[in-house]
Parts: sequence; C-alpha cells; structure tokens
Amino acid sequence: MKKYLFALRSAPHSGCVVQEMLDVVLSTAAFEQQVSLLLLDEAVFAIKNNQQPERHQGKDTAAIFSALEIYDVNDIYVEVESLQERGLIIDDLSLSVHKVQRNKIADLMKQYDIVFPG
Amino acid sequence: MAKINQKMKYAIQINSSPNYSNNGKTAYHFIKAALEMNHQIFRIFFYQDGIYHAFRHATPSDDEFNITQKWSELAREHQIDLVVCISAAQRRGLLHTDEATRQNKQDNDLAEGFRISGLGQLVEATLEADCFMVF
Repeated sequence: MKKYLFALRSAPHSGCVVQEMLDVVLSTAAFEQQVSLLLLDEAVFAIKNNQQPERHQGKDTAAIFSALEIYDVNDIYVEVESLQERGLIIDDLSLSVHKVQRNKIADLMKQYDIVFPG
Repeated sequence: MAKINQKMKYAIQINSSPNYSNNGKTAYHFIKAALEMNHQIFRIFFYQDGIYHAFRHATPSDDEFNITQKWSELAREHQIDLVVCISAAQRRGLLHTDEATRQNKQDNDLAEGFRISGLGQLVEATLEADCFMVF
C-alpha cells in the first residue's frame, strides 16, 4: 500500500479538470490505497456551499466531493491562506476539513509516498 | 531519495496538450535522458488534454516537432507502454477501431504504439514505479 496526496489547484466549473481528477482519486481509493486530498488556490471553491451549477449546465462539485467518504477518503486538507485570499471561511465549506498553514504544506507532503498534482 | 546511479523505475503521466504547452516535449526529453542512463520507463499514461498526443492524424508542418511520431518511435525502439485513458479519449473524440465501430463511427484515431485502457493502468503504474511524475 502507498500513501497518496492529491494536491488539487484548479477552479471547479472550468471544463472537466476537477471531474477527471476526481476519477483518479476514486480509482486510487478503489485500489484500497490510502488517499488524502489537499485543496490549494482556486480548488478551495470545489467544496463551497450553495453552488448554483444548474444555471450553466454544471454539477455541484461540493456534492461530488461529499461522496468521497464512501471510498474511505476522509482526510481533506485545506490551505488556510488560500481560503483567506478568496474571502472564504470554514463555514463556507460543505465538508469538514483539516486546516493547514502554507508554511506547513511541505511537511504535510513529506508524509506521503506520492504527491499527485492536479 | 534514491542515489543517482541507482536504476529507477519511472511511471509518467502526461496531462498537457501538445499544442498549448511544452510539458509533453519536456517529458519526452526527460524520458529519453532516463533511458540513456538505463532507467526503466514502466508506463506513460496520457490523461486529460494529454490524450491529444495520441491522435494518429495530427499533421503539423514539416518544420515542426511531430511529438506523436516521436512517441510512436520511442514505443517501437524501447517497447514502452503508451496508454491512453479511454474516458478522457472518448470525451475528446479519440476513438480506436473497436469503440468507433460500436458507436457507428469510422476510422481508428489512435497513433501507432499507443493503446487504450482505463485508469486502473495509471494506479497500477504508480504502485509499481519507484518514482511517479506528472507533466
């Protein structure tokens, strides 16, 4: 077994990038590997509450992320500065997450066998 | 961290479009250098816009770098496993013969040396390899 950290940086609702990354996350979890997520930069919007995706034929990405726990993906890390820079607070997020300061991100990554950028 | 003279087994993922990014070219040169140093390339997995590397009929001008042709050559010379993700490929209109026939479409879009498969091949590659890199 290997430990995977998926470090997502892309905004949701911009093409199919987030959907395709989630497919990799779910495939990896289906192989019974240990999977965690780290949301950085624009990716913090992926689990924002109160999305209205039907206006542009999109899907509620927060709802898709909430399915992760079925696959035993329970550890979702969010960078504190990425939230602050975008005017978001923890209550804006639809899932319970671990907050990580930017200067601790490198330490977090060191705990994993594979850091998967996306 | 592995020592530089130790033989490494690499898994490579290419997510970038050949025409909107130089990442594919960087990956190609990295892989060539790794092979020259006797490292092993376990698999190259083409995903997201990286699947555009695998279009058989891509026809850049003669004075441009034809990366699809370079991948095919690399597969032929070094027996490298070039895998294109089926869902990413279908979403972008790249169909190999079986799938084209099934969808009542014609032709085989897949360039020589590539094969179509699923994300399980990517996960397997990351598990098998000593080092996994995404371009």
